[in-house]
Amino acid sequence: MRSWISNASRTVRPSSLRSLSNPTSGDKERRRRWGTRISRAAQALLIAAVVCVSLGATDPGARFNKIGGKLMCTCGCAQSLLGCDHYGCPNRGGEMDELRDGIANGQSDAMILDGFVARWGATVLGAPTTKGFDLVAWIMPFAVAAVALIGTGLLVRNWAKNQPRLASAGAPLDPAQARAEEEMRERIRRETGTE
Amino acid sequence: MAAFGSFALLIGLALAAYNLFAGGVALRLLAVGGPARVSPERLAETARRAGIAGFFTVSAAAFALIWSVFHNDFSIEYIVEHSNIALPAPYKFAAMWSGQEGSLLLWAWLLAAYGFVLRLTHKTDVKLYAHAGTIMAAVQVFFLLLLNFAAPPFSLVRGGIAPPDGNGLNPLLQYPEMVIHPPMLYLGYVGFTVPFAFALGALMMRYPGEKWIHITRYWTMFTWMFLTVGIFLGMHWAYAVLGWGGYWGWDPVENASLMPWLTGTAFLHSVMMQEKRGMMKSWNVWLIFATFLLTLLGTLLTRAGLVSSVHAFAQSSIGDWFVGFMLIVLTVCIFTYILQRDHLKSEHHLESLVSRESSFLFNNVVLLAACFTILWGTLFPVLSEYVEGTKTTLSGAYYSHIAVPIGVFLLLLTGVGPLLAWRASSFRSLRRNFVLPGVAFVVTAIVLIAVGLKPWADEGVFYSLMTFSLATAVATAISSEFLRGAAVVRRQTGKNFVASTILLIRRSTRRYGGYIVHLGLVIIFIGFAGYAFNRTAEKSMGPGDKLLIGPYTLVNLGNTQESNPNYDSEYSLLDVYENGKKILAQPMAPEKRVYAVNGQPQTMVANHSTMRWDLYLVYEGRDSTSGLPIIKAFLNPLVSWIWIGLAVMVFGTLVALVPSLSPMRAAVAVPVPKSGPMAGQAAAMGVSMTSLGGGD
Repeated sequence: MRSWISNASRTVRPSSLRSLSNPTSGDKERRRRWGTRISRAAQALLIAAVVCVSLGATDPGARFNKIGGKLMCTCGCAQSLLGCDHYGCPNRGGEMDELRDGIANGQSDAMILDGFVARWGATVLGAPTTKGFDLVAWIMPFAVAAVALIGTGLLVRNWAKNQPRLASAGAPLDPAQARAEEEMRERIRRETGTE
Repeated sequence: MAAFGSFALLIGLALAAYNLFAGGVALRLLAVGGPARVSPERLAETARRAGIAGFFTVSAAAFALIWSVFHNDFSIEYIVEHSNIALPAPYKFAAMWSGQEGSLLLWAWLLAAYGFVLRLTHKTDVKLYAHAGTIMAAVQVFFLLLLNFAAPPFSLVRGGIAPPDGNGLNPLLQYPEMVIHPPMLYLGYVGFTVPFAFALGALMMRYPGEKWIHITRYWTMFTWMFLTVGIFLGMHWAYAVLGWGGYWGWDPVENASLMPWLTGTAFLHSVMMQEKRGMMKSWNVWLIFATFLLTLLGTLLTRAGLVSSVHAFAQSSIGDWFVGFMLIVLTVCIFTYILQRDHLKSEHHLESLVSRESSFLFNNVVLLAACFTILWGTLFPVLSEYVEGTKTTLSGAYYSHIAVPIGVFLLLLTGVGPLLAWRASSFRSLRRNFVLPGVAFVVTAIVLIAVGLKPWADEGVFYSLMTFSLATAVATAISSEFLRGAAVVRRQTGKNFVASTILLIRRSTRRYGGYIVHLGLVIIFIGFAGYAFNRTAEKSMGPGDKLLIGPYTLVNLGNTQESNPNYDSEYSLLDVYENGKKILAQPMAPEKRVYAVNGQPQTMVANHSTMRWDLYLVYEGRDSTSGLPIIKAFLNPLVSWIWIGLAVMVFGTLVALVPSLSPMRAAVAVPVPKSGPMAGQAAAMGVSMTSLGGGD
């Protein structure tokens, strides 16, 4: 028991002494450690990204599903190429053959998609491109969501900031009353197990 | 019968117009006061009675159409277009809403039915109900104008000679769900007219307090429940009938039903802030206005041919009518809001960024962002055609990038919101409430990666991993709320755990019903997350041929053809083996039908559903070279969770609709000071003993 206490005191004291004697060195140490952690996390993310890009890139089946998922059936059924179950569909088979040929010939995803667009027009793509006006389709939802969320956050923060001033302007808080309120809250929490 | 139906609709229009006119005059007289030739109260009463009578006339018209369908009255054009002699009886009901005229009549009839109940219960608050009834009459006038002049369901066939048989019902609609899916959806769509009418009426008359919200709460929840069920029945129908292996295709018609659901859900949440804290009044009013307008927009999108859809079974030129009506509604809403906006000032503001109120607000913002995304995606093809001259296609590939992240964020908020306290959450309570769900999230993510999920390999897998982990965290949070509450009740009453949980729920049905709804949503999201792992296999199969998919081996027993008066069919019989053992007593039979009356084909999917996955088989047709049937097999993980989640959501909504056992609070054996500063302060703090179960 004694040795445990002495061990603990030995391990705690130096750092606490260090921080008391020179508070900035502890901060530097912490910053350095965080820097290392962030750097490692970034490395891990980079590796994950590389793995992400490389995995599945060479599997023809996966590529067929991946590219096929980006294409629409052109028969007018308004279904995706892979999802089209149109009975006797005149176009689905041809489109699928074209896709298989593109993959077998070693074309890149972009080349295959460009080939489809050249033949069928932009409507063959299941999603807008990232060029010209089509880019707006991608940006707008995220922009609206971001503006709404940030705006709401700022608004709530503003309200929350002004709240104490409004409260104190209405009725100044008596310290005894505040203490009683806190006791009451605490008691309710204790007895109900809830907030 | 055609004359009877037409006449009933005409009388219905006259009654609705009288209801609107007399009700409007009476309310105006009541508002300005002073002497009047006619007693405004008596005038308002005649308007109410006209509304009640209107229900019977529209019911008579609906009856006339059903009667005509069942009696094969092919002198009526609508019956010729949507029915035939061989059509089975349940689908003759479905014929009522399979075409535009019929579905408008269904809309008008449901509106009349809602109005009937509303007008019968007017004694709750005569003046408010008179306002709501008059606004509903205005909506009814619009639909009856359509039915009488733009899309009459009782038009006679051209030339006056009835054909011997009709064209039959669209084969896609000949499925059991189609008998109940549209009425459910319409109950939801039309039902939102009631809270809209109450909100607009309360604003017009500067209704004091929040009582109108209490009055409309049941209407709104009831409506929301029907819309939810309607949407999911539609998903199930698409899954079982369209035969593409999925349940949601982001089709404009599907989107049209989802948008009012999203704003309605936002309203259900934010309205609690108005009830409890007198906040967000303008926001709530606009949410319900937007919800109502979106129900009209949905109809406009699908009926007016503005956007193309595989689900749009009826299109015409009534779009102009809808645009006109929507503009009138929007003008009235804006005008009333500007005139009465000082009545909507909030009594309180949000006090903390970390509180139940702000979580509701963020939840609202995310729901509206989701709604905007869907609206944007639905209208973008029209916009791109206008700007660039070519229609850009926005399929599931687009929405999976845009809507899925928003959905996952919404799931996160589902879990976070209930863990926060009203007004402000202390750091200690945050730590206490979030540790367990946080641990559940991390552990689930680690376990899933350990068992082979690679979130870095595929975007879909990444979102699935996030969804599974968040679902576990939210389920943990909800479960801990139940456990904590039940433990307190158990301590107080000495009952066993199950009885304590039931008592806890009964004490605050709304709060715990809401939690059950959230739990249902979690289960549904788990089902959605399975989509990333779907597998397919396809093969031309003769007798004895095998098809492998996942752990299953499908063995073709033979291919058969059958005929009946309604359709000819081809189907394959396939035995299913797992690890060499036959797992189904009866073979699966994916089928293709071709309907005799119009030659249209129809897929009948064979589905073996388990908790783990669905084995979903489609008869795709015959191989052009070998002549053998092409069988496409899908292995869709966790789909049954979606339907189970729906059942849980409906159960939760029903629980929330049951009144709470509020008098029981008095029986709780907790020594609370009956008087004195502590009790007063507790009440002022909004943390009274009702927080045991009344916190919602």
